[in-house]
Amino acid sequence: MAFINGIGLISPQKTAESKEFLAEIVEYTADYLKCIEPGYRSYIDPIQSRRMSRLIKMGIASAKMSVAEAGLAMPDAIITGTGLGSVEDTEKILGEITKEERFLNPTPFIQSTYNTISSQVAIQLKCHNYNSTYVHRTFSFESGLIDGLMQIEEQTASNILAAGIDEMTMNHLQITRRIGQWKMHPVSNLKLLENSSPGALAGEGAAFFVLGAEKTGSAYANLLDVKTCLNINGSFKPASLLPCFLAKHNLTVYDIDLLLLGYNGDCNFDPVYLDFANHFFPGKAQAWFKHLCGEYHTATGFGLYVASNILKHQVYPEILHFNQMNPPRLKNILMYNHFRNVNHAFMLVQAL
Amino acid sequence: MPRRIFITGYGIISCIGNNIDETLTSLLQSKPGTGRIRHIDTILKDELLVGEIPKSQEELFAMAGITPVEGYSRNALLGIIAAREAFLQGQLDENRNLKTGLISATTVGGMDRCELYYNDFLTNDSRNAHIDAYDCADSTERIASLLGIHDFVTTISTACSSAANSIMLGARMIRTGRLDRVLAGGCESLTKFHLNGFNALKILDKDPCKPFDQHRAGINLGEGAAYLVLESEESLEKTGNTAMCELAGWGNACEAFHQTASSPDGVGAFLAMKKALEMSGLQATEIDYVNAHGTGTDNNDLSEGRAIEKLFGESIPMVSSTKPFTGHTTSAAGSTEAILSIFCIQHQVIWPNLNFRERISDLSFSPVEKLLTGVQVNAVMSNSFGFGGNDTSLIFKKV
Repeated sequence: MAFINGIGLISPQKTAESKEFLAEIVEYTADYLKCIEPGYRSYIDPIQSRRMSRLIKMGIASAKMSVAEAGLAMPDAIITGTGLGSVEDTEKILGEITKEERFLNPTPFIQSTYNTISSQVAIQLKCHNYNSTYVHRTFSFESGLIDGLMQIEEQTASNILAAGIDEMTMNHLQITRRIGQWKMHPVSNLKLLENSSPGALAGEGAAFFVLGAEKTGSAYANLLDVKTCLNINGSFKPASLLPCFLAKHNLTVYDIDLLLLGYNGDCNFDPVYLDFANHFFPGKAQAWFKHLCGEYHTATGFGLYVASNILKHQVYPEILHFNQMNPPRLKNILMYNHFRNVNHAFMLVQAL
Repeated sequence: MPRRIFITGYGIISCIGNNIDETLTSLLQSKPGTGRIRHIDTILKDELLVGEIPKSQEELFAMAGITPVEGYSRNALLGIIAAREAFLQGQLDENRNLKTGLISATTVGGMDRCELYYNDFLTNDSRNAHIDAYDCADSTERIASLLGIHDFVTTISTACSSAANSIMLGARMIRTGRLDRVLAGGCESLTKFHLNGFNALKILDKDPCKPFDQHRAGINLGEGAAYLVLESEESLEKTGNTAMCELAGWGNACEAFHQTASSPDGVGAFLAMKKALEMSGLQATEIDYVNAHGTGTDNNDLSEGRAIEKLFGESIPMVSSTKPFTGHTTSAAGSTEAILSIFCIQHQVIWPNLNFRERISDLSFSPVEKLLTGVQVNAVMSNSFGFGGNDTSLIFKKV
């Protein structure tokens, strides 16, 4: 377990400019939800930032927001999760080498390397400590959190910077639309469930968390545990997995007050959440969040921001309600996310 | 007492061999595998020397035992071939009740097909089976699905230290009790994408690379895959596997210096090696051999050399880079060289640093030049350093 002592989030909502928890909701009718980026001048030297691509800037800025909030000068580890890294840089190189192969500009190549964000944050903070990057679809952020939780157990680190960060481009959206990943036409994010159709609404985001062995004054909540499971030939068996996962923390399904689910508007895959909730948590309050940030490989970063704020402020904003139920108290939140019914993940977050 | 981590299986493919036996034979014959590019259509074809595996996509399908079908990258096929060899030796198909994980590493992922079909991705549906295969997780999930591993599956990408980090994570998952055994390593195929990228950085040698030589001129990129089976002591009791050696120490540190260059004094390399050494409980004098990262670039070899001098002081162990044999297999280098290091303990040999002629004037030591046999090797340090100053060091010890 680890305390969440600071959060920095750049998302399609106004999370970068305001600490208030979802006070104002931004509605989009678009192909994908795009991040509202902060002015970078207060985070990155303008001379350096000129050469940086968008994802790197979002990464550095959100990392700095999180350490500032936690009052942390030097993390003992920097761990980043990203499904796709800098898509913009990768596309630049692909565009060049598939047309005419000639001497490349090395900058996009360097920035396309997945661990660039983690190492740029290390350079900015002059941090020589442990550094790693996970690049496994919707396990990317979760794997980094597990790594961080282990560091605390192993007592090799007391303060960890853990992130989930991904970007979308129109080009990438069009390519991945071919395989049914996204809605074919712009839809309103606030009316996502009204017209059931295949494909999710895409999004992006950069979320950094300061995980601490000790609680600070800025603490939000307690991240008790994270679990991932790859579903191959029915290997994901929540009936045995879930009770085991909860029992490690002396909890049962009855102790869960609120389910935070990864519903993304894809009629082919949303039923997995509904079945899970109905089967294991009948009558429980269900919350969702992807209508606010869109679907992307590290969207659970936005989810953890939501869970942390619900528990810290002891509020359950209506915009997050998926069903009509109200939680009896706001103590234990179970987040459950899956990607195409293959990558399943649980996160357990508890109020301080 | 923390749980001990044992190595009980391994599998490898690179330009010096399609499996463990062939790899060992090439090494014992001091036979490098580098040559010209044959399987990638690039303007750099006749210009660069690389460690390409002399097999076509069709041949790799046959070696992997898979009927050719759209959607497999070269990277995934290499991964499957090496992972399966390790899986079988470690008998992971038995004792299915043990908690088993797969941690793989790659950075170019399925880029080898993506760059061939990118224009189709943009304009038509003919290559849709490859769209999903372009990311880093694809090869990992194909291996997991083929071998039936699901308790914990993830992919690491820290450029050229990736596979060393997957071994390190595997060990930590066992030590913290999350898993009993882990298949850990990495795979990377050559691509036009990173051949051009490295070429743009002007760090590729057109001739056989010369690590730790005064006149070194850069890297020979290579490709391959290598996986190790890591087990806890309790797992060994159940599987009955024999430990080849113990993973006694590991350390990771960050240079926090530059995105692609190493710091002049090798601060990241020094910290990573120091952490690994401290954890192993060994004295610096007990390390018999360092399998260096030794890429052959101006920058890396001097910086790594200085870090080695700083850590070992007056008693520098035998050092060599095996990259002239295999080429620099980037994200697979960490596990490839871990296996080459384990060979040293098993067969009491030290691999030569091929192509070395003249000591770097700023360093006090030279690498091992000729194959040494019949030497006592109890502990080996294996270094892997990557872009972003991501440095990892592993220590393998005789049991």
